[in-house]
Amino acid sequence: MNVSEILHRNQLSQCRLCRISVNDLSVSREGDTLLSHVSLHVHCGRLTALVGPNGAGKTTLIRALLGQLGYAGRVEHQDAQGHRIGTIRTGYVPQHFPFDRQMPVTVEDLMASLIAKRPVWLGVSEKTRAHIREQLTLAHGESLLKRRLGALSGGEMQRVLLALALDPLPDLLILDEPVSGVDQNGQGIFLELVEELVHNYHLAVLLVTHDWALVRRYADDVVLLDKTVRAEGSPDEVFASEAFAELFPAVRADTV
Amino acid sequence: MDTVYHVMDVLLPFDFLRYTFMKNALIAMLLLTPLLSLLGTMAVNQRMAFFSDALGHSALAGVGIGMLLGVENVTLSLVMFGVLYAVLVSTVNRSGAATKDTTISVFSSMGIALGLLLLSRGGKFSSYSSLLTGDILSIGQQDLLWLLVGLILGVVFWAALYNRLLVSAVSPELAESRGIRTRWLEYAFAILVAVAVMLAIRWVGVLLINALLILPAAAARNVSRSAAQHALLSVLFGLVSGIAGLVISYVMNTGVGAAVVLCAGLIYFVTLLIRSFTTK
Repeated sequence: MNVSEILHRNQLSQCRLCRISVNDLSVSREGDTLLSHVSLHVHCGRLTALVGPNGAGKTTLIRALLGQLGYAGRVEHQDAQGHRIGTIRTGYVPQHFPFDRQMPVTVEDLMASLIAKRPVWLGVSEKTRAHIREQLTLAHGESLLKRRLGALSGGEMQRVLLALALDPLPDLLILDEPVSGVDQNGQGIFLELVEELVHNYHLAVLLVTHDWALVRRYADDVVLLDKTVRAEGSPDEVFASEAFAELFPAVRADTV
Repeated sequence: MDTVYHVMDVLLPFDFLRYTFMKNALIAMLLLTPLLSLLGTMAVNQRMAFFSDALGHSALAGVGIGMLLGVENVTLSLVMFGVLYAVLVSTVNRSGAATKDTTISVFSSMGIALGLLLLSRGGKFSSYSSLLTGDILSIGQQDLLWLLVGLILGVVFWAALYNRLLVSAVSPELAESRGIRTRWLEYAFAILVAVAVMLAIRWVGVLLINALLILPAAAARNVSRSAAQHALLSVLFGLVSGIAGLVISYVMNTGVGAAVVLCAGLIYFVTLLIRSFTTK
């Protein structure tokens, strides 16, 4: 079974969400302003890159979008007609996934324990296994089913994490520097996979990254963050902006 | 019960099983080791070996307090105390007042000291010394019934909690993001381990109980690839150690608990060897 068949069968080729609007979002903690009056849009069917120097508040913004911390301001979701939608599903691929690599747990064990009622040590039902296979196929990781979690390479682990983030299929997929620790070739493969999901499923993707080459190659929109939105637009526009030159003086816009 | 004995006579016509107390001890092993070995897999994954060790040591205090309050049923006072103790240690651990190993050390030594204090009043500790090494050969039919109920309830709760425990053992963050309330899960598992340990402790002994919980699971972990293998091998290792230990103690006329734990330890080192040869 290939990706489009799975999406079609799940009747998810039509995304109900059109865009996520962040309006005037601010976060402060213990008197420090972490984010101040952030306004931006993330559109479905587009890959939006979130860039900015260390301490710019990228992780804070993600945690606010995931509902993990309180904030002032509004986050709204709208469908294609501009009507507001109450809640959306958000998938998240973390930057780090620390775990005990010696643990006798397979990819199938972990994924089944998230969805099945039957305890995994009594085995996995055919129905559950079929579902897991589908999720892994979406992330091009169908061969990883029986592999032990601790034996996966960085790139393979990213695919498993992506498969987890895609179940249930989200409206918004947040990737927090998902390819750190993965080699150049692996990064390309991973982002081509994400690009395929964006186009096939009309997913909204927010990608946090420091890799300019990846931004130029894969991002549709770029948001430059430093406590607040300093620049936004196409990669060309953001790289040529004054704010970018100011925040990344060592990076020459014409070389990225 | 007579039927069970008769069936055992027919199926297992061994010399050491001529005696009823040996039959009872064997039944006890068959009831005790599977539950402890199953729970052990997660205790090892969650790095709780030190916690269960402290829990075992505190059993002395449990008996002492039960005696002070005039509770006739030792098993009951052990289980009640175990649950209380597990909740207390987990709560103090969660508060982050000190590192986990420090907190557990404090609780462990307090448990032993309180137990010794209460049980040694009037110089009568020697009548409780069987608590230290366990006395499976004296187990009665009533106690076997307790163990059976414990095994059934334990496995039911274990099955209900397992998947969530597994996710949180791999990644608490992932578990939380999927709506698993890791805090309550931690309590539930601590209580489950406490009940199982306390049901077993009079027969296995304060000094050896943790080995029976941790060793089979640790050995199984060395040679397992999946959660199902881990559970299966752990139960198998637990059963083999229990039965082999019983036979050895009969033949060599030694304490049962010690023989069982040495068997489990031997299995552990064998699996460690297998592992070091297969992962090269």
